Amino acid sequence: MSKFRKNKKGLPAISTASLPDIVFMLLFFFMVSTTMRETDLLIKKPSLPTANEVKKLEQKSLVSTIYIGKAKDSKQGAGDKIQLNDKLSTVKDVRAFIYSERAKHNEDEVPYMTVSIKADINSYVGTVTDIKVELREINALKVSYSSKKGNIKDNF
Amino acid sequence: MARRETPEINAGSMADIAFLLLIFFLVTTTMDVDSGIARKLPEKPPPGYKPPILKEKNVFEVNINRNNQFLVEGEYLNIDQIKETAKKFINNGGGTDEEGNECTWCTGEKDPRSSDHPSKAIISIQSDRATNYGPFIAVQNELEAAYTELRDELGLKLYGKTYTALVKDLLNDKKNEDLKKKIEDIKNKYPQIISEAEPTQ
Repeated sequence: MSKFRKNKKGLPAISTASLPDIVFMLLFFFMVSTTMRETDLLIKKPSLPTANEVKKLEQKSLVSTIYIGKAKDSKQGAGDKIQLNDKLSTVKDVRAFIYSERAKHNEDEVPYMTVSIKADINSYVGTVTDIKVELREINALKVSYSSKKGNIKDNF
Repeated sequence: MARRETPEINAGSMADIAFLLLIFFLVTTTMDVDSGIARKLPEKPPPGYKPPILKEKNVFEVNINRNNQFLVEGEYLNIDQIKETAKKFINNGGGTDEEGNECTWCTGEKDPRSSDHPSKAIISIQSDRATNYGPFIAVQNELEAAYTELRDELGLKLYGKTYTALVKDLLNDKKNEDLKKKIEDIKNKYPQIISEAEPTQ
């Protein structure tokens, strides 16, 4: 009996001095492995198509993203909407968007710039084609159809 | 005068500050890596350009209608059949290329009614405007897969390593000229020629 009593008396508190270190380690991990979110989506988050032949896009700074999907705000009307930067746009604005993206980079980087099309699986090919026609007009030829890795059967 | 010892600064709230920062970064950043099917659009043709006349047997036509059904070379096919059909078409090697060389690496049936040579075999995707994007990507993926599989087979035969493995090796060893040459060689033997025609109304 006396043994137990002795133990209870001298139980030291667990040192939490290393807790900040652990949290900082986590913090640095997240700072390094993630990227800042640049745009707020005005369309419903597109559910990307699945594919198994996907390639990773290198050099995020050279990628411009075009979103296609249904508008979040029902006042904007139904049908496919295109989002460039922070606002909903029409196909006609694609050119200006690409020009402004190009202006941010050196001239020698321009041929490596890629347009990533993030379209919802239920949007229409016609919308995507209209964008492709515009891109072709201004010689932005590298395109990536953004998709996640998975079974292609999920696209139907 | 005897200096009074400065009391130790309490570091107990340090963890709270760090947690706050951590949560801020968790909320404002994203982790998703952008990946997708890479395609190169054709250049804009100069004014007055006349498209070359192609033999029908060298064109592999894939039509997608607004009900998301596929018509491949005049036949209804399921999505899982497209890859094999496309492979058969590209790999046929029934004739010669522009310079009159035969396709010595083709393992196809050498059917005179199908494509002449991988460098002449053209895949044309025609889709309706009202086709859904998902099935469209599925077709793109299957065609890409057909090319990758053919290149893989050729890579195994010529260099004992699949094309995909060679490309992966190059990523780790970017200055390896020998590797680059091998990859270029395989690419040239099965060039990817996919034409996306304007959609029908």
